Amino acid sequence: MINFHQVHKAYRVNGQDIPALQPSDLHIARGEVFGIIGHSGAGKSTLLRLINRLEEPSGGRIEIDAEDVTALDASGLRRFRQQVGMIFQHFNLLSSKTVADNVALPLKLAGELPRSAINARVTELLARVGLQDHAHKYPAQLSGGQKQRVGIARALATEPKILLCDEATSALDPQTTASVLQLLTEINRELNLTIVLITHEMDVIRRVCDRVAVMDAGVIVESGPVAEVFLHPQHATTKRFVQEAEQVNENEQHDDFAHVPGRILRLTFQGEATYAPLLGTIARETGVDYSILAGRIDRIKNTPYGQLTLALTGGDIDAALARFNAADVHLEVLR
Amino acid sequence: MDALLTRLLPNVDWTEIGYASLDTLSMLGGSMLFTVLLGLPLGVLLFLTSPRQMFEQKAFYGLLSLLVNILRSVPFVILLIVMIPFTVIVTGTSLGVAGAIPPLVVGATPFFARLVETALREVDRGIIEATQAMGATTRQIVVNALLPEALPGIIAAITVTAITLVSYTAMSGLIGGGGLGDLAVRYGYQRYQPDVMAVTVILLLVLVQVLQTVGDKLVVHFSRK
Repeated sequence: MINFHQVHKAYRVNGQDIPALQPSDLHIARGEVFGIIGHSGAGKSTLLRLINRLEEPSGGRIEIDAEDVTALDASGLRRFRQQVGMIFQHFNLLSSKTVADNVALPLKLAGELPRSAINARVTELLARVGLQDHAHKYPAQLSGGQKQRVGIARALATEPKILLCDEATSALDPQTTASVLQLLTEINRELNLTIVLITHEMDVIRRVCDRVAVMDAGVIVESGPVAEVFLHPQHATTKRFVQEAEQVNENEQHDDFAHVPGRILRLTFQGEATYAPLLGTIARETGVDYSILAGRIDRIKNTPYGQLTLALTGGDIDAALARFNAADVHLEVLR
Repeated sequence: MDALLTRLLPNVDWTEIGYASLDTLSMLGGSMLFTVLLGLPLGVLLFLTSPRQMFEQKAFYGLLSLLVNILRSVPFVILLIVMIPFTVIVTGTSLGVAGAIPPLVVGATPFFARLVETALREVDRGIIEATQAMGATTRQIVVNALLPEALPGIIAAITVTAITLVSYTAMSGLIGGGGLGDLAVRYGYQRYQPDVMAVTVILLLVLVQVLQTVGDKLVVHFSRK
């Protein structure tokens, strides 16, 4: 649905080109929630704004639904932007307009619907985001989470096919973040809306995204399904994000379990394998004893996954390792 | 009561004060109207063409900015005199209320335009970005986002400009503009009638006070932040 072909962007500052995005290819499929994670200055914000051309690319081609949006003229661009909703970290609501008028604004600007139809649509949108009782309030009277809901309702007003989220939950507390992410997931499912979000929080990616791209210094260093990327991080930046998100593991890595006897291995499994009684079966059949040194069982969006660090003693350890290798798990022998 | 007033203020002719007050008010109203009509678009133009804005035009902005600065740096007294031939062309006279309005407008418009530019600059860039992302034209952004968001700032700018115009109207007495300021100069200063001076100054003070209070109330009323 969204295709980047060697798209790059440099800003000109005092006669010098400062690269923000190195030539990058990107493919985002219809109906998926695609996350872009990176530290500030990594270029994720630039990448997001290239999609609706709030930033003009320095080169390369961006296709959306097979249409080359880099070639659109001013009026074509305005029509295209009506099909792309956007929400922001600081909401960017008009403080001078009521909630209802904020949501009505994109429809009013598009100028295609009569006033009565706009009103009906606004009522429907506010109900969807759970703010039907706040239509006549001003943004200043709302909480952060409510403001972002207004932002979402406003972004959905013109029935876009893409929703761009610019650090949409970064200014919210954890509980509000959870409810806004829940709303985004619902919208994605019910409207089959393609969502592209940028964040610096691993947790946001883990909860809502199907696929993720990791950015560092203007380069997409790694991308793929979320579980894949975060359970088997390849690039240093990705590893750092994983460690930041799971502080337990970081501490664990500093401790090499020197005093623990036996072989030490780490098993990573996802999907249905998470629920298979693999450990017990293999232990029984090969006669090894195991003790669990560290571990977590959790979900990444809808995929359950687990990561266990084990010490194996006694029995036929080589046979056990062979069995683990053959099974539907990822095996790392740490010692 | 009447006797007391007459004894305290022997030279004050209340009918003349009344006419002078009306003159001041019509000069103020007329010049404010044209100042807003000309200064608001000029302020928007300054904002849009200024660096890092939607229609960034370095050369054009530089030129416009210079013009505004020149007009702002000319002392109003000089402007009053220099403008006389132009005023005659526009209004047919250089005297009275009609003769005073053109120089007042030319004196206040650049000032007001700068204040409008500053008020627009106060609008969060994110709001402009959000409306751009909706596919708005620049005109739509100005009308639907920038001006409503900057409204409290623009009202404050109108208040400050109106008060500046009050003191300008007093100077226009020099070229026969009439009004309370003229009265204060002619009777109070030149004929040394301190009572006339006191009454006119108090009336001007009341006018400024009313303008400021009403302006502040409106700013609060339209502020939603």
